[in-house]
Amino acid sequence: MILAWLILWLLAGGLLAWFSARWGNAWPRWISLITLLVQLAALTGLWIGFFSHGNLAVAAPGQWLAELNLPWIPAWGARFHLALDGVGLLMILLTSFLGIVAVAASWQGIQHRVGFFHFNLLWILAAIDGVFLAVDLFLFYFFWELMLVPLYFLIGIWGHQNRVYAALKFFIFTQASSLVMLVAILGLYFAHANSSGVYTFDYLGLLGTPMSSFTEMALMLGFFIAFAVKLPVLPLHTWLPDAHTEAPTAGSVALAGLVLKVGAFGMLRFLLPLFPRAASDFSTLAMSLAVAGIIYGALLAFSQTDLKRMVAYTSISHMGFVLLGIFAWNQLALQGAIVIMIAHGVSTGALFVIVGDLQDRIHTRDLDRMGGLWSVMPRLSGAGLLFALASLGLPGLGNFVGEFLVLLGVYQVSIPLAVLASLGFIVSTVYALWLVQRVFLGRNKHHRQLPDYNLRESAIMAVMIVVITALGLYPQPVLSTARGALKKLGSYAPGHHQPEASGAVAHKDPQAGATKPGSGS
Amino acid sequence: MSGQDFISLLPLTVLAATVVLIMLAVSVYRSHILVLLITLAGLTAAAAMLPLAAGSGPRRVTSLLVVDGYALFYTGVILAATFVVAVFSFVYLRKQQGQQEELYLLLLLAALGAAVMAASSHFASLFLGLELLSSSLFILIAYPRGRLNIEAGVKYLILASVSTSVLLFGMAFIYDQTGTMQFSRMAALADANAGVLFTTGLGLLAVGLGFKLALVPFHMWTADVYQGAPAPVTAFVATVSKVGVFALALRFFSQVGIRPQAHLFLMFALIAIASMLAGNLLALTQDNVKRILAYSSIAHLGYLLVAFLASGPLAITAVTFYLSAYTATTLGAFGVVGMTPCRGREADAVEDYRGLFWRRPWLAAIFAAMLFSLAGIPLTAGFIGKFYLLDAGVGSSLWLLVFSLVAGSGISLYYYLRLVVVMYMRPRGASSGEATASCPWAGSLMLTALLAVIFWLGVYPAPLIDMIQKTAALK
Repeated sequence: MILAWLILWLLAGGLLAWFSARWGNAWPRWISLITLLVQLAALTGLWIGFFSHGNLAVAAPGQWLAELNLPWIPAWGARFHLALDGVGLLMILLTSFLGIVAVAASWQGIQHRVGFFHFNLLWILAAIDGVFLAVDLFLFYFFWELMLVPLYFLIGIWGHQNRVYAALKFFIFTQASSLVMLVAILGLYFAHANSSGVYTFDYLGLLGTPMSSFTEMALMLGFFIAFAVKLPVLPLHTWLPDAHTEAPTAGSVALAGLVLKVGAFGMLRFLLPLFPRAASDFSTLAMSLAVAGIIYGALLAFSQTDLKRMVAYTSISHMGFVLLGIFAWNQLALQGAIVIMIAHGVSTGALFVIVGDLQDRIHTRDLDRMGGLWSVMPRLSGAGLLFALASLGLPGLGNFVGEFLVLLGVYQVSIPLAVLASLGFIVSTVYALWLVQRVFLGRNKHHRQLPDYNLRESAIMAVMIVVITALGLYPQPVLSTARGALKKLGSYAPGHHQPEASGAVAHKDPQAGATKPGSGS
Repeated sequence: MSGQDFISLLPLTVLAATVVLIMLAVSVYRSHILVLLITLAGLTAAAAMLPLAAGSGPRRVTSLLVVDGYALFYTGVILAATFVVAVFSFVYLRKQQGQQEELYLLLLLAALGAAVMAASSHFASLFLGLELLSSSLFILIAYPRGRLNIEAGVKYLILASVSTSVLLFGMAFIYDQTGTMQFSRMAALADANAGVLFTTGLGLLAVGLGFKLALVPFHMWTADVYQGAPAPVTAFVATVSKVGVFALALRFFSQVGIRPQAHLFLMFALIAIASMLAGNLLALTQDNVKRILAYSSIAHLGYLLVAFLASGPLAITAVTFYLSAYTATTLGAFGVVGMTPCRGREADAVEDYRGLFWRRPWLAAIFAAMLFSLAGIPLTAGFIGKFYLLDAGVGSSLWLLVFSLVAGSGISLYYYLRLVVVMYMRPRGASSGEATASCPWAGSLMLTALLAVIFWLGVYPAPLIDMIQKTAALK
């Protein structure tokens, strides 16, 4: 039941925030903040509880950390079925955390229709939590679509100059692609019904549905398109720079931090287990797209003159690593993907907050009109430097751990792809340092005199710095939490005989057989 | 006719009696509110007779009508929709000059026609119902006697007559081949001698019904009529008349069977694809809200054909659910159009809705919800409905139709969202006095009720689905 409360709590908080706006603009902010803080506290309590009882290791299909299963639309066999596993737990923790950041970051920036703004924000978070928890495909699709409308409003109402175009583009891209997924869901539903006579959307029921390889590939591609748009994967990414750039800070944080993760999570939860053979046939192509995305995103980030757009393009690059890790499909790579998902959420979220703060102060995002800000805003610039370094993958910060694990995992599958992907590190170093150079260092040409971070802004940054550093120095709690779920995921791989993370991993590439993980550093 | 037969016919009889009562009432004492109350009472009474009629089981009443769960369910939808339209009409007309009372009489007559169609099992009753519906509609469309209304009315009259004659022609062919006008007997004979003339007859029948349903390529009248008619009447045309005709088409073609008739199936498939794509593409270019909704309704009828062609029990529940959801949503959308204040005329230009969110938040929120429901976004009835249609389509492996539906929905997002976007833009310049008119409570109440229905069906559709499966399954 706790799972339904997680979602209902946010939905109720959102409604309350909306209606409380009539008492004053401070009310929605405080209500949202308290709603999210309570949720984060409850989740953290839950997490610690799982740790202390040592029952995070549920790895068999059908075993969950927590579960709720209620009838919903019996005529279709759709059930209100929520379930929590380790990866899901990490993702909803991230959701609550970034939700708090988003509320805190828009404390002063949003002065217009404050109630409706927070309503939309909380409903986005509720729908995202729903996606992380749903194990009924119909329910999953329901939440998947539900997040679009509030996000659309968030971008379309509180965004920057070109917001209407960006919001529309975002909405049409995601909605059209998810309709394709809907058809694939129904195809799977009927394929299952034809073979077993049981009409169900239940995830566990649909696992291992016998299908012809053509059907499996077609359905897998249906899911892949929807997830690939959200992730985004290279040819389907064009909505992202527009949406991220035009969105208000909270919207960018939610988009980069959470919405992109939803695509990756969908692949982990649904795409690989439901269509293992097709996914493994498709893996080379998917990984090539991922590598192309890593390099393309980084190159385009480097060539931007709009600071926010630059950060948006780095997302494409980072999410390429996630896609690479997912389709490499061994324990190392999967663990890496999970760590990147969290680290990217925090580091890119922080960069968007910094960009937003900068824009509030100097009213431009144009890199040419910045420079030398370190001398006037040392606290903001320091945070900026740190997260730029996190973004380039500096050891000691979270992103490094993830990207390193992914490369290790990929190396065992395909050496050329691993080599190409590591080129991404070089390009990302260039763009990250370029960013620091142009914004914070150099000469303050415009002689700007600007207020540095106040207490609220410093607190946001301090918390995010703590998280990204902790993730970089001691990622073990994250890895242990995800291990059960990832082991389960590994067991779906065709020809699965995969032991623990650091051991011998099933090799698809015989040439990589002699390589020991860990020797690449 | 036995006593049981009369009980089965009670919903229709009560409706007809209300028409007479209004006629008498108007001749004695003209009062807008009184006529409205009689109308609403009559509709409620007719609806109250539905369980009674259902209690006597599915019955064939004479050879013309069959009163089964299917007919009664659709009658229920028609009655409910007419109730809403009556309230909207009151709100819409109360400030206008002239005599408004006859409008309700015509509304009830048209509803009676639609209900007869839902229950008809014979060409004669089909024709009777259709004519009752069409001839009332044509006066309704021209009701407040503006230039645009007259144009729309005449347009509707001419095209309705043309389509009726095509329909009659088709019936003649079928009668010639089978020697019967009863659907059930036709089905038995259809297998034996499905000759060219029989197929031609079915084709002509389909064309005639296609005109009424405004499917592409028989859709030319739609946008003009929707635009010209007063908003509540447009709501009526878009819902009740479509529901009646579609109920009939579904019953007829599921009894006669489309699947065996390959040519007919192909024709319907092409009509469906053309409606989905053309309806949505044409809606993109419009600047008039009523025209946008007109083209979108063409597309929605195209979506419905996907499930219609899927056939089987799943298809019938899918169509019935979708029609119910579509009816509630469309009523809500046109209700908002009729109630948006705009300097003494109907607010039908997209520009009239600029900044509605900030002027009239509740009205705008309802409109947005209706548009999202039409677009098929979760939490709304339209989502479940669209899912149901896809369910039926994929279940019968109609891939081309399914992908046209997906493509059509993708395109439709653009114009639905465009309306939503306009509503939350800041008003341009000083908006002079648009905000003054207050929304009458009856209208607000009705819209709120529709909103509740939309959300209820979108979140917990199980009861309605259950009810449809129990009652509306065609044997």
